Amino acid sequence: MMHFEYHVEGGNFTKAGAASSQLKKILKQLNVDPKIIKRIVVALYEAEVNIVAHAFEGDIFIDIDTEKIGIKLVDQGPGIADIELAMQKGYSTASPSVREMGFGAGMGLPNIKNNSDELKITSQVNIGTTVELVTYLNQ
Amino acid sequence: METGNFHHALKIREDLCIGCSHCMNVCPTEAIRVRNGKSVLFGDRCVDCGECFRVCPVSAIIIDHDDFNHIFDYKYRVALVPAVFTGQFPEDISLRQIHSVMLELGFTHIYEVENGVEILSKAINDYTEKHSENKPLISSFCPAIIRLIQVKFPSLVDNIIRLKPPLDISAHFLKKELLTMGIPAEEIGIFYVTPCAAKIAAIKDPVGESTSPIAGVINMDFLFNKVYRKVKQQNGQSCAIPVSGKLSGKATCWSLTNGEASQISGRCLAIDEIHNVIEFLEKIENEEITDIDFLELRACDESCAGGVLTTSNRFLSVERLRNHADSYHESDEPTHPDAFRKITSESEYLTSKISIEPIKPRSILKLDENMAEAMKKMEKVNRIMQLLPMVDCGICGAPSCQSLAQDIAQGEGGIQQCIFIQKILEQKGEMSLDDSVEVMQSIWGFGKTNKYRDIKGI
Ligand SMILES: Nc1ncnc2c1ncn2[C@@H]1O[C@H](COP(=O)(O)OP(=O)(O)OP(=O)(O)O)[C@@H](O)[C@H]1O
Ligand SMILES: [Mg+2]
Repeated sequence: MMHFEYHVEGGNFTKAGAASSQLKKILKQLNVDPKIIKRIVVALYEAEVNIVAHAFEGDIFIDIDTEKIGIKLVDQGPGIADIELAMQKGYSTASPSVREMGFGAGMGLPNIKNNSDELKITSQVNIGTTVELVTYLNQ
Repeated sequence: METGNFHHALKIREDLCIGCSHCMNVCPTEAIRVRNGKSVLFGDRCVDCGECFRVCPVSAIIIDHDDFNHIFDYKYRVALVPAVFTGQFPEDISLRQIHSVMLELGFTHIYEVENGVEILSKAINDYTEKHSENKPLISSFCPAIIRLIQVKFPSLVDNIIRLKPPLDISAHFLKKELLTMGIPAEEIGIFYVTPCAAKIAAIKDPVGESTSPIAGVINMDFLFNKVYRKVKQQNGQSCAIPVSGKLSGKATCWSLTNGEASQISGRCLAIDEIHNVIEFLEKIENEEITDIDFLELRACDESCAGGVLTTSNRFLSVERLRNHADSYHESDEPTHPDAFRKITSESEYLTSKISIEPIKPRSILKLDENMAEAMKKMEKVNRIMQLLPMVDCGICGAPSCQSLAQDIAQGEGGIQQCIFIQKILEQKGEMSLDDSVEVMQSIWGFGKTNKYRDIKGI
């Protein structure tokens, strides 16, 4: 069992993707199947960018064992009022400046769902959002 | 560390190596360590990019090519030359002069590699249409890039386009042409003039193909010197007529940066220089960059014009080749009776031979095959990293603190190799001065650690 933590700054797009790059490096070293690595990294990247784009700051907690990889992202931010709506493809509240950076297609959450085996989102408006995802390694 | 069964054209000559570690510090895959005062290359990590060759101050890194006289083992001696070879010569020396000198040197035929582009460019466009599931598709042109993806980006091996580069296509064409003329196979020797080490490795140990029709390889710098000297000596006296047609503009520029990307339909990007390529592939792997159809990736800055075996300045070579490309007219095509036919007259045959087998990943990153073992080793690496100074000084004989930590976790190094650790151990009385000098000698050899006897006199 291994544990890693990363901090994410809201609004800093130059650093977005740092945690997913780190996790990718770790999983390569652990000889995880490249196809599974790809799924995990894509899911984490989207979740990480969501903190950068929509929240103030957040922390990522990653637990790895030989069976599964669990990732929990906890942020302080506006929260999501209607999670079901947010999960829909194409739904986005991204600001024009975020869209200018190439984000805001409303595809992040659907992508996370497609690339993880379990996904749980809990949120409180004006407090923050917690995204938990699990990927199984031996299926 | 395992040396692997991969052919490498790059060799370190122990008799010449002075253990300066310049090569170790520039290797993009951390494939070099210093042991006993000499650089040691780990074959499973090396991708033959040649960065080490560029920086060696004493030419101790060599690129193993075939003896020139080997061409005379064959009755028909074909020089297969890439366009960048022509780009090595000053403008006032014509292609005719170059070719006639090469014939004098002993070749019987000369053929330009990029003729194969006429077959390949169509094949790539067909391929990209059919394989949209593996986007971005990555060019198979540069063998150092293929190896880089195998060892460092194993998840991207399926993105590599499974088509032969122009070199192989032209070689198959030549062989067929000569066989059709009634020449027995054993009398045909096709020799490739290479701008880099990676191409040699690819020919001697082809990735995704079992055999190569190429008999041998000659280093471009070697042939350039031989030809240029002779051209200078005879002031353009003899002028044989080249027996292959002039390359089209597209073919001439194929090996330069954007040579491929500019010819493929869809959203295409060209990236040269291996560190730039690594940076970009990291993003592709994370899917941070999407919607690209085709990627042209080259290990050398300015692509083949910057090959490690080129002589001329790469920017001047590019300028010359672009000038050649601009001056191309369809009507220039010679109709010499001995000329090879147009390569497109064998389109069907060559297209049938154009595929390569799937390319297998061979990750150098994994700490162990078994995940539980790999996790133990990673924890060990992390514990060691806490102790190391993180200055990447290289005194331990490894290129970075991280690589030393990994070597130790793999049982290929000791923590006492770190000079900071040594000092602390000495201070605590846990290591004697003699022992620490011995460790230094095991890394840097006797010479470097034994010459400072009279420091006071300086
Ligand atoms: N961590 C978060 N905090 C607050 N709101 C969020 C968070 N994550 C998602 N949202 C809300 O959910 C919407 C949909 O998210 P999703 O990731 O699917 O799309 P997006 O981020 O707007 O665009 P894209 O991910 O395609 O660049 C967002 O526009 C935002 O309103
Ligand atoms: Mg998003």
